[in-house]
Amino acid sequence: MHVFRSIVFAASLAGLIVGALISVVQFFGTVPLIQKSEVFEKAAADAHHKASHAGSAEVDHHHDAEWEPEEGFQRSALTVAANVLTAIGFGLLLTGIYALRQRPVHWREGLFWGLAGFAVFVAAPGLGLPPELPGLPVADLTARQIWWIATAALTASALYLLILRSEPWAAVLGVILIVIPHLVGAPVAPETHAEVPASLSHQFVVTVVLTGLLFWSLLGVATSLAFDRVSRKRS
Amino acid sequence: MQQTQSANFTTVATGTNVIVQAVLAMALGLFVVGMVGFSHISAVHNAAHDVRHANAFPCH
Repeated sequence: MHVFRSIVFAASLAGLIVGALISVVQFFGTVPLIQKSEVFEKAAADAHHKASHAGSAEVDHHHDAEWEPEEGFQRSALTVAANVLTAIGFGLLLTGIYALRQRPVHWREGLFWGLAGFAVFVAAPGLGLPPELPGLPVADLTARQIWWIATAALTASALYLLILRSEPWAAVLGVILIVIPHLVGAPVAPETHAEVPASLSHQFVVTVVLTGLLFWSLLGVATSLAFDRVSRKRS
Repeated sequence: MQQTQSANFTTVATGTNVIVQAVLAMALGLFVVGMVGFSHISAVHNAAHDVRHANAFPCH
């Protein structure tokens, strides 16, 4: 199982570094935007709360029962932990690909695999389900998750056909696979009034996509360097 | 002849072995991302809330 161990070690090392770096970027980029948006979300929730309590004695303890991290250190620490775990998880995918190549993968090739990850996990799902701030009207969560995962899977298969197969039919099928989920269409949010300003939403979309591009570029380079180093030591 | 065959066999076995291990590692990676980004458990959702939004994973 030495290949498995090398993959896990390289992905953990790269994930730790990239997860920590991207957390710093998020603390200056996405986190302030999420906090601004939560002011609108809380205001809307309070208004709804008051309205529902005015007429009836019905107790809404749905939200009180859920655990939430404390503001400040706990919330930030959990953000770093979640980023590190996400980076290790996606890092395992990338490093698994390098192992399957069964030859050394240069950092520049790693960068390209990282950009492929960006296309599969940020660009393609984001086209139908753009990054959203808390407090915006959204469609059913499970429906969106299914569409997101299906789109990522189809785009990944398409990139395999486009990049690693040389037959013309593979190229045609690859393009078709990329288009299919967008023809089917992502679950649509109900038409309701949102308190969150459109300019804030727009800024969030740009920030998330750019942070995603940075995340995947760094992860591609870091995993290829780490895996190259680890496998060389073992052989 | 026999030696070449056994050498070939070892290469094929090593190749398959590498593929199995790589696929296992990738499955582990998907599991980790699934837990952080897609779990419906509310405590997990709230803990990773800001990261879910920042990664554009579907969220409430």
